[in-house]
Amino acid sequence: MDISQFNPAIVYTIYIASTPEKVWQALTGAEFSRKYFSGNAVEVDLKIGGPFVVRQPDGSVHISGEVIECDPPRRLTVTFNVNWPALIEKLGPTLVTYEIEPAGDVVKLTLIQSHDRPISDDILSGGRSGWPAILSSLKSLLETGEALIIKMAPPQRMLEALKKMGIGTP
Amino acid sequence: MRKPEFVYVTYIETTPEKLWEALTSSEFSRRYWWGTKVLSNWTVGSPFALEWRGKVTDTGVIAEADPPRRLSYTWSNASEEFRNERPSRVTFVLEPYGKLVKLTLTHEDFEPGSKMLEGISKGWPAIMSSLKSMLESGQALDVPLASLKIEGVE
Repeated sequence: MDISQFNPAIVYTIYIASTPEKVWQALTGAEFSRKYFSGNAVEVDLKIGGPFVVRQPDGSVHISGEVIECDPPRRLTVTFNVNWPALIEKLGPTLVTYEIEPAGDVVKLTLIQSHDRPISDDILSGGRSGWPAILSSLKSLLETGEALIIKMAPPQRMLEALKKMGIGTP
Repeated sequence: MRKPEFVYVTYIETTPEKLWEALTSSEFSRRYWWGTKVLSNWTVGSPFALEWRGKVTDTGVIAEADPPRRLSYTWSNASEEFRNERPSRVTFVLEPYGKLVKLTLTHEDFEPGSKMLEGISKGWPAIMSSLKSMLESGQALDVPLASLKIEGVE
């Protein structure tokens, strides 16, 4: 897949008192992700082209994609497509990159959500509200052993914008 | 295109009262903000200042203060480099969210191409991350200033 046409739409940086290896493990392991990502399990085969899936607590696949870049414990890029009818046809694929860098004794984690076309603020409101919740909880889990309980629902303005474009929503 | 602004949201396991205190107490701010003291009496119209390494680095005026929900101040950097930029504005909104607090920081009113915006976009994630750690684990983060790669800051 050629990712040169993708541009960052959302960038979120968070610093965590942890090691790059532990942050990598938390981002790529189902056991960890269930704790900080509302019960969702991240399942990924960590090689280029390997499948990437986010499975909901009921077992259904919510997000699917594949590994594009994989350089543990520094950089992971996956396609990150929510399985709503017609979403990928109308919006194109979504690309998610995690950058993990040491900053002194702590870790700088940068999340980048990229697209190959302009995406409206209404639709980006989903990622803009979701990523801070997910990554705040991941930080708490790694630092205190306890994830945060953050009840998240897709923003209304995003659901309305998707519906107008003929994209199926829950 | 979005207007030039920086928005950062973080969720913290604390109370709005404790978070308000952390945002307005120089004893707390020194711990999570590289030794920076926040100085004000936190009433609308009163002066605001940041003191770092014994010097006032930034000044402003309290624009809104509604404890423990909303705090806003104007912000001008005193250094030569930023002297010609108009004051920007920082707003904190604290919302209870179950047993957590959702903190939304908005830093706005920048001129197009502002160098200040570039610097604060690198600084705030580290400050907010450290604040969250301090409130949740009792231990602020030690992020080396140099690792932020802000021009002119070492």
